[in-house]
Amino acid sequence: MSKPKGPAKSASKGPGKGKLRLTVPEPSARPGEKTDFSFLKLSKAGEVARPAPDCAYEDTITLKDTLIRVLDEEHQAVGPWNPKASVDELRQGLRLMMLTRTFDSRLVIAQRQKKTSFYMQSLGEEAIGVGQAMSINQDDMCFTSYRQQNILITRGMPLVEMMNQIYSNTADPLKGRQLPIMYSSKKYGFFSISGNLGTQYVQAVGWAMASAIKQDTRISTAWIGDGATAEADFYTALVFAQVYNAPVILNVVNNQWAISTFQAIAGGTSATFAARGVGMGIASLRVDGNDYLAVLAASRWAAERARNNNGPTLIEWVSYRAGPHSTSDDPSKYRPADDWQRFPLGDPIVRLSKHLISLGAWSEQEHQSVQAELEAQVLAAQKEAEQNGTLISGEQRTAADMFDDVYEHMPAHLVAQRQQLGV
Amino acid sequence: MTMIQALRSAMDEMLARDSNVVVYGEDVGYFGGVFRCTEGLQAKYGKNRVFDAPITESGIVGAGVGMAAYGLRPVVEVQFADYVYPALDQIMSEAARLRYRSAGDFTAPMVIRMPCGGGIYGGQTHSQSPEALFTHTCGIRTVMPSNPYDAKGMLIAAIENNDPVVFLEPKRLYNGPFDGHHDKPVVPWSKHALGEVPDGHYTVPLESAKVVREGKDVTVIAYGTMVYVAEAAAQETGVDAEILDLRSLWPLDLPSIVKSVQKTGRCVVVHEATKTSGFGAELLALVQEHCFYHLEAPIERVAGWDIPYPHAQEWSYFPGPGRVGEALKKVMEA
Ligand SMILES: Cc1ncc(C[n+]2csc(CCOP(=O)(O)OP(=O)(O)O)c2C)c(N)n1
Repeated sequence: MSKPKGPAKSASKGPGKGKLRLTVPEPSARPGEKTDFSFLKLSKAGEVARPAPDCAYEDTITLKDTLIRVLDEEHQAVGPWNPKASVDELRQGLRLMMLTRTFDSRLVIAQRQKKTSFYMQSLGEEAIGVGQAMSINQDDMCFTSYRQQNILITRGMPLVEMMNQIYSNTADPLKGRQLPIMYSSKKYGFFSISGNLGTQYVQAVGWAMASAIKQDTRISTAWIGDGATAEADFYTALVFAQVYNAPVILNVVNNQWAISTFQAIAGGTSATFAARGVGMGIASLRVDGNDYLAVLAASRWAAERARNNNGPTLIEWVSYRAGPHSTSDDPSKYRPADDWQRFPLGDPIVRLSKHLISLGAWSEQEHQSVQAELEAQVLAAQKEAEQNGTLISGEQRTAADMFDDVYEHMPAHLVAQRQQLGV
Repeated sequence: MTMIQALRSAMDEMLARDSNVVVYGEDVGYFGGVFRCTEGLQAKYGKNRVFDAPITESGIVGAGVGMAAYGLRPVVEVQFADYVYPALDQIMSEAARLRYRSAGDFTAPMVIRMPCGGGIYGGQTHSQSPEALFTHTCGIRTVMPSNPYDAKGMLIAAIENNDPVVFLEPKRLYNGPFDGHHDKPVVPWSKHALGEVPDGHYTVPLESAKVVREGKDVTVIAYGTMVYVAEAAAQETGVDAEILDLRSLWPLDLPSIVKSVQKTGRCVVVHEATKTSGFGAELLALVQEHCFYHLEAPIERVAGWDIPYPHAQEWSYFPGPGRVGEALKKVMEA
């Protein structure tokens, strides 16, 4: 290390490297090129050690730069993070992932048909929410972003109800007030989604603190994308979670992209997102988000830690946003078209099904028939939901619904405004 | 009681009555708050109920939204209203809209206390009156007491209310009423009728304005410190003003305003906050809409100048009794 030289007397007498330059990170490839995925810090399956869930956060420091993986190249479950899940659990997980993907693809079509104004799929990220939802209790509260529809599906919200919200129809539980996919369901432990990125992260910590204040046994889960970690509420949440030892799982879904912005613009390639956690004194894991078994193992670890008063865990899920950001987005304008095919961690559904096949607990034929069954299930739900109306059918919540719930009781000025509208 | 003691008494009362009430903020716990509003509460109720928070306003409010969604009733403090801006996203996008966007499934029954207002040589960042940001936000209640009795009753009502409440506390009134005559000694609340505050539980209903001085010439709509400034101005000019302390800024007590202006036929609106797009503009519009045929003069507005709150020039900025008195005379001459 060279000694600091003190302030330069003039620009020309500085350290000698010339004028300063601004660094603006770029992805390694743009449309027509091939992404160099070597920026991902990958580990071999089974290679990463598993500290005890009640360990000190320091014991996870090295885990910030490695990748917890269970499924190896031969689709076998290996290493200390093997959750030893039963075949039934795995089959159920696979089914829920397939259901999520089927649901997404139908709703994308419905958007093209103008039955809804907007949709966001979670293609390629199905394992994460399903696996975590399967690892916590039904009365734990999830504070998600807009890309964890699989949690609602896993927790059993009827697909019809989800679609009613997407269609803003007469049966929309949110009374037509919310943009499609901004679900909310206390019953299914799914906190109201906000359009404002990052806000739910600190709210999840507050919910967990409340559970601790009341000496309850419930925990919460917080969800954020790689891009939104740049929001101040992300760091605020980490501070609160660490300071009060809140029973919360702080999930960062690193799908490499925030709309058109590569995760390096969120600071993700200079240091991993898991590094933010240990930097704040929070136990942190970095996990293969497309490896359903790793998702189960890490989620169980974090849930156990939280429930035993050992505090929060931050988990960076390394995955890839395989689809467009939303139905309003065209990824071919900013990234290579074949990027997902080349992403080293593959497709979570394919990987889990191959694992199950290797165990003799699944087959190509079964895959086909389950897929057909799920498509029928989604289609039936869609037909039922469309009986309550779609965006173009004209059957929507009435304008009278729009003035309720601003306050607990409608104040005089809103009564007057509602009368003015004549509803 | 002083206003500080009254506010503390309200929190004490609610902490004792409702185990879901929690109180936290910067320096609020062990130390008891930079203005002593929470003194002794941690010792009495424990760190589980009253605690210190990291210096992050968005965290303080955001965590409160999560706690409220769980079922607690957080009473959080923002050390100065001037420092509420980092929390605006959590207040405006979250607390205010949670009930609406979830169709009543989740709610945010919380109180966000913040000392506001000038007159204390607080300079740019210890003097602001940001109420218009909140009155403009659908789904929250914005209130501001002007005396210890109301402060306690309104704070209890706010904590018991199921809507999120922004509770603005004019810190110039913490220890005694202030009429803008900064050269005169402050009279403590112990020498004032409204400094008599009952122990125990009582409420002052939100959305109720109060006539603090009856009169027949002109209606003055004021809140916070400006209530006393208006009283001084009426006395010094001899104008028989009816002075209305709004107490609840939004939603407000429109019938009381309309009743008074229809009686007097004239109206002056006063506030410390800057003029343009300030809350006074809304009050002017409401009076115009509801009392047009009763008005005998254009409505006057006395407010802070449209500048950041200055330090050395405090008394040229603060809308004192002189400026309010001018407005009273002007509407009477029209
Ligand atoms: C506060 C805020 N700023 C900007 C936006 C617009 N916006 C919506 S999604 C998004 C990208 C988020 O990316 P990321 O967090 O990586 O999540 P992903 O979409 O990849 O799941 C942006 C910028 C917003 N919703 N809220």
